[in-house]
Amino acid sequence: MGLLNLFSKPAPSTLTRLPTGSFTLDREGEIIVSTVSSTFPVLTVKDIGRRVLDTFREAQEAHLPLAELVIHFGGFKIVARELRGGAIVYLSPKNIITPT
Amino acid sequence: METRHRILLLDDDPDLLATYGEILKQLPSSPEVHTATSGARALKLLESHEFRLLITDLKMPKMDGLQVLSIVRRRHPELRTVVLTSMVDEQFRSRVYALGVDLYWQKPSSEQEIDSFRECIESLLDRDMRAGFRGVQSKSLVDIVQLECLAQSSSVLRITNGPLIGKLWIGDGQLVDAETDDARGEEAFRKILAWKTGSFETLPAEPNRAQTIFKSYNALLLETAQALDEAHDTTLLNEGSPGQKPTGLKALSTVEGVEFALAAHSDGDEQFEAIGLENSERLNTWTRQTEERFRLLGEQLQAGPLEQVEGLGPQRHVTLATVKNLTLCVGWNAMLAPEDIRERMKKVVILWGS
Repeated sequence: MGLLNLFSKPAPSTLTRLPTGSFTLDREGEIIVSTVSSTFPVLTVKDIGRRVLDTFREAQEAHLPLAELVIHFGGFKIVARELRGGAIVYLSPKNIITPT
Repeated sequence: METRHRILLLDDDPDLLATYGEILKQLPSSPEVHTATSGARALKLLESHEFRLLITDLKMPKMDGLQVLSIVRRRHPELRTVVLTSMVDEQFRSRVYALGVDLYWQKPSSEQEIDSFRECIESLLDRDMRAGFRGVQSKSLVDIVQLECLAQSSSVLRITNGPLIGKLWIGDGQLVDAETDDARGEEAFRKILAWKTGSFETLPAEPNRAQTIFKSYNALLLETAQALDEAHDTTLLNEGSPGQKPTGLKALSTVEGVEFALAAHSDGDEQFEAIGLENSERLNTWTRQTEERFRLLGEQLQAGPLEQVEGLGPQRHVTLATVKNLTLCVGWNAMLAPEDIRERMKKVVILWGS
């Protein structure tokens, strides 16, 4: 059994860093330009973008047109600006020393 | 018979578990140390036994420390938590503290560090669990002020109550100044003393602080206590009578700049209350969907709890915040600057919470 242990790799940790950077989305939710690290899953970036676009769209439907959204989490901040149906989204992890 | 505290130690490395287990067993309070090599096992143990403290690594396979802490925060909010990791990373430290963890500790590498680690854990186990101002000890704010003044100390007490921050300047055992959001001097002191719970920290003295309080601390404490008692009695007498101060959403509308307010219940039955709105149904839907959408995103990214959503628009600005199982949606005059809205939203949250 000891021999088998030599060939078995420990399972990788799921711990990932929060994304930093910005990206631009068109009205369909497709990413046009992005400065978010390529090590961060594109699908998650798209998911963030989709949530932002849905929020802008639904606010419009509720007769509350919005040009900018700022979402504060305990350790992270998202700033999104509406761009004719699309959006530019800034992602910034919060830091204890220099909180955003 | 005195009960021993239970500590749960979580790390995927069994050798480290054994080492730290031994270190913890030698604490003066002789705690009972249990170990787990996976997040799933730790969560099971937390369900079956009552623990005082969870010490967890961050980097683990399948379920990492942040995931474990997010779950623990929801299921066992009273449990003290410590992160013990070899990662030196400011971002993870911020995220860990955002999850409400008591301590972020780098794995000790010297005898001195091990001693400090032991002391910190022992101190955490000793802390009183009762309500009060959590600082060095759990005390009432009156006790803390009296202690500082009796000791003839010079210091600045920084007191935090949710989003509100207050400061008390003490010089040679006398109150010199007090400050909170929009008040200074005696008025600020009275406001701060009316807070029921919170935490405090002692900052270095500021000897050049201008004096605004000239009464003795004893006289001021007595006056404030009497005023609070009278206010409490009046509230009890006036409950339900006409002409009383506005409460609920009406109270929120008294904050300058508030144009509308909506409180959506989070129990899924779509109930809500609103003031100053014509299209409240649609806004209720938007409020619920937005809160849920970003709360889930925060959980998915392990970015800490959703604190607030701000929306800036040409006609109105809007802020969403969750208070006491309700999501508040507050509409603001579009002429207000975002910083002013943030400050005023703190008042709204306190008004609603009280």
